[in-house]
Amino acid sequence: MIVLQTKNLTRNFGGLAAVSNVSLEIKKNELVGLIGPNGAGKTTLFNLLTGVYEPSEGTIELLVDGNLKSIGGLKPYTITNFGIGRTFQNIRLFKELTVLDNIKVGMNQNINYGVLTAIFRFPKYYSEEKRVHEEALKLLEVVNLVDKKDELAKNLPYGEQRKLEIARALATNPRVLFLDEPAAGMNPIETQELTDLIRKIKDDFNLTIILIEHDMSLVMNVCERIYVLDYGKLIASGDPDSIKNNKKVIEAYLGED
Amino acid sequence: MRKNQFTKTNLAWLLVIIGSYLLINVLISAGVINKIYQTVMLTIGINIILAISLNLIIGITGQFSLGHAGFMSIGAYSAGVIVKMMDGAPSSVYIGMLVGILISIVVALIVATPTLRLKGDYLAIATLGFGEIIRIVIQNMKITNGAAGLVLPKLIDWPVVFVFLVISTIVIVSFTYSAYGRACISVREDEIASETMGINTTKYKIMAFVVGAIFASIAGTLYATSFYVIKPEIFSFNKSIDILVIVVFGGMGSFTGSFVSALLISVLNTSLQSFADIRTIIYGALLVLIMIFRPQGLLGKYEFKFSKLFDKFAKKEVRQ
Repeated sequence: MIVLQTKNLTRNFGGLAAVSNVSLEIKKNELVGLIGPNGAGKTTLFNLLTGVYEPSEGTIELLVDGNLKSIGGLKPYTITNFGIGRTFQNIRLFKELTVLDNIKVGMNQNINYGVLTAIFRFPKYYSEEKRVHEEALKLLEVVNLVDKKDELAKNLPYGEQRKLEIARALATNPRVLFLDEPAAGMNPIETQELTDLIRKIKDDFNLTIILIEHDMSLVMNVCERIYVLDYGKLIASGDPDSIKNNKKVIEAYLGED
Repeated sequence: MRKNQFTKTNLAWLLVIIGSYLLINVLISAGVINKIYQTVMLTIGINIILAISLNLIIGITGQFSLGHAGFMSIGAYSAGVIVKMMDGAPSSVYIGMLVGILISIVVALIVATPTLRLKGDYLAIATLGFGEIIRIVIQNMKITNGAAGLVLPKLIDWPVVFVFLVISTIVIVSFTYSAYGRACISVREDEIASETMGINTTKYKIMAFVVGAIFASIAGTLYATSFYVIKPEIFSFNKSIDILVIVVFGGMGSFTGSFVSALLISVLNTSLQSFADIRTIIYGALLVLIMIFRPQGLLGKYEFKFSKLFDKFAKKEVRQ
C-alpha cells in the first residue's frame, strides 16, 4: 500500500532547480533512505514534503483515512496533523523549554481543553495535563531521557538533543516520519544505538520512515530501499546492494574518472 | 501526591493574596501608608497589569509589540466616555471597562491578523504605527474632547486595582502554564519547528496579542477612573516605551520580574520627583547600567513558584 507519493515534484529558487521532477513512491512500513552529495536537494525535498516550502510544480499525495490526499502547498501544521512528523538537520529544539515540555509541545494538538478551562483551571485541565505528563514520560523512556526530563533542552549533549528531537516528532503521533541526518555528529557507539532506536520505533509505533543520512554504514544497515538524489534529480533507486554498485551513484559521489 | 501539590500551591497563593490585602489595610489604617503612597500604589498596580500583559506578547510569545499604550487608551477612553454619559455612577466604571475590552478585542484582531505575519523589527514598526493611529483618532474625535482630554471623577481606589491585579495575574499566568502557553513559547523559540509540531503559529500569536490587549485595556480603565484626567498625549509612543522598559528591566518572559521591576521603577520614578531636573538622567543611567550588567533583565526568565519551594522542603525531609 502506498503511503506517500510524489509526481514530477519540482522546486525552483530563482533559476536554480533545487529539486526537479522527483517522483517517489513510499510504501507502508518501509524504511527508506534518501542519499546524495552535499547540495543535492535532500533537505529541500523534505521541506517540500513537510510544507515548509511550496512546490513549484508537481504533486504530493499522502494516504489519509484510506485515500490518497494531495498535500502539496498546505501549511506545515496541517500536514503534521495529517500524520507526518520530522526532525531537522540543524536541530531545532525549543531550547528554553525543559525536555519534558518539548515533548508536550509536540502533543499539543492532542490536548483537549479550551482556553477558559486553562485559565480557570477546571478539573479537565488537571486530568488532561496528567495524561499528557504520563504519555510524555513514556516517550522519553523510549529515547532514554527520563532522567533529564527537567533539564532545559539547550543543556543536553548533542547526541541526546538528536534523540529528543526524534521523541518530540513521535509526540505528534505521526504515521510517516522524516529524519534529517539523525546520526550527524554522533560517534560510532551512538550511531549504533541510534540504528537500534530507529528500528525499534518503526516497529513499536507502526511507522513508515524516510531518512536522509551521510553515514553510509547506517544507511546500508537499516534502509530497505534507497533513493539517490544529485543536482535535484533522482538518479537511482533500489535496495542497498544495487545502489552500492550503481555506476551513476559512484560517479555522483566520486566524480567521473 | 501530584494532585496534593496543586492544591497546596493554590492554597499558598490564596494566602499570599489575602495576606497582602490585609497587610495593606493594616498599614493604611496605622497611617504608615499615607495618601501619597496610596497614589503610588495605584500606579504600581496599573503598571504591573500593563507589564505582565505586554510580557505575554513579548516575553512569552516573542512578538515585539510597541502598541501597548494604544490598547490602554482604548480602555481609558471607553471608560471616560461612559463615565461622562452616566454622570459618574459607580457602575459606569465596569460598563466602561467591558466596552473597552470589547473594542480592544476587535481592534487587536484587526491589527494582529495582517501584522503578526511580520517578524521582529517590522512588527515593532507596524504596532508602533497602530498605536499612533489610535492616538490621532482619539485626538480628533468630538466624543473624546480632542487634545484637551476628559476630566473625570475619581471612582475607584486601591482595593479595586488590587482585585484586577489579582485577576489579571491569575488569567495570564494560568494561560502561560497550559498547553496554550507552551504553544506560545514554542513560537518564540522556533517558529518553523513549532509549525512542524502541528501548531498554527499565527493563531497562537493572535491569541497572545488579544489577551495582552484585553488587560492593557483594563489597565487603561483603571487609570482613567483613578487619576482624574486623561489626554491623548498620556498614551503616546512614550507610554509604550515605558511599559516595554518595565518588561525588559524585569526580564522578558518572567512575570515575577515584571512585578519586581514595576514596583522598583514606579517607586524610583516617584522618589526622583523632587530632583525633577536630573530625574531622567538618573533614570536613564540606571537603565544603561542594568542593560550592561544584566542584559537578560533583573530576573532573567526566573519565576517564583511555590511548587519548587515545596519540592525543596520535601527533598530536605527525605534527606533527614
